[in-house]
Amino acid sequence: MVADQLSRVFSALADPTRRDLVARLAVGDATVNELAAPYDVTLQAVSKHLKVLEDAGLVSRTRDAQRRPCHLEAEVLDLMTKWIERYRREAEERFGRLDTVLAGLRDEHGEDQPSKDDRTGAGR
Amino acid sequence: MSTSTTRNQTSIELGDTVPTVTITREFDAPVAHLFRAWTEGDLVARWLGPRSQTMHMERYDCTTGGAWRWWSSGEDGVEHHFYGSFHEVRRNDRIVQTFSYEGFPDSVSLETATFEDLGEGRSRVVTVSLVDSFEHRDAFVASGMEHGVVEGYEKLDELLGTL
Repeated sequence: MVADQLSRVFSALADPTRRDLVARLAVGDATVNELAAPYDVTLQAVSKHLKVLEDAGLVSRTRDAQRRPCHLEAEVLDLMTKWIERYRREAEERFGRLDTVLAGLRDEHGEDQPSKDDRTGAGR
Repeated sequence: MSTSTTRNQTSIELGDTVPTVTITREFDAPVAHLFRAWTEGDLVARWLGPRSQTMHMERYDCTTGGAWRWWSSGEDGVEHHFYGSFHEVRRNDRIVQTFSYEGFPDSVSLETATFEDLGEGRSRVVTVSLVDSFEHRDAFVASGMEHGVVEGYEKLDELLGTL
């Protein structure tokens, strides 16, 4: 269930038009008509994209009678950013361990240049 | 909470038009050492696997046409198996390889690591993972955080509950 929600957010953002819609909604709320204007597609197609974003929790629509502007739920996007940041930190931890390995190689070679490397002797 | 201010920061970029993940990092080590740490299986085993998991290197023949296979296991006893082949290995310069996770067998990514000599005993590596779809790329990014992602899920649950 939870994984479903996560993948809905991810797959909602996998489409370039929907990412564009999100980017435009980040500037401010807009109606479907306003959002559809710059695209060479039908209003229905844009509505369909918005429905996907809505289902993923990325966009909400106010009940406000006719206008019903679309609103970006920025917190959901923030979560995405946090997930990416966490991924970055995982990589950072990995490279922190690599730093340790590299420090070990340096000690192994003393203060010599690493050109002592065996294989082809092409080291610098 | 604050982001790292160390000199050797890891940066990540997700492609907009192509499903890629690009990771860049500099090291206080000559490029030849960096390349060794990337190509010798016993050295790779010391840093590559996920934290809090034990890495088991089964095969690591980092040569053009070679192959690799390793698996990790955690305290929960769950094992994750990964494998791929080395398409091209160019000393101190470039490694092109494939990457597959057995839990997701139909998805294969192409990984290119480019090594750069920065002089003064420093070097840089840029890895680009080209995944076969945006969906898989994003799932890949999310799965990399599986140890902390439960918390994220819970927050998302709460958040989605309020919408």
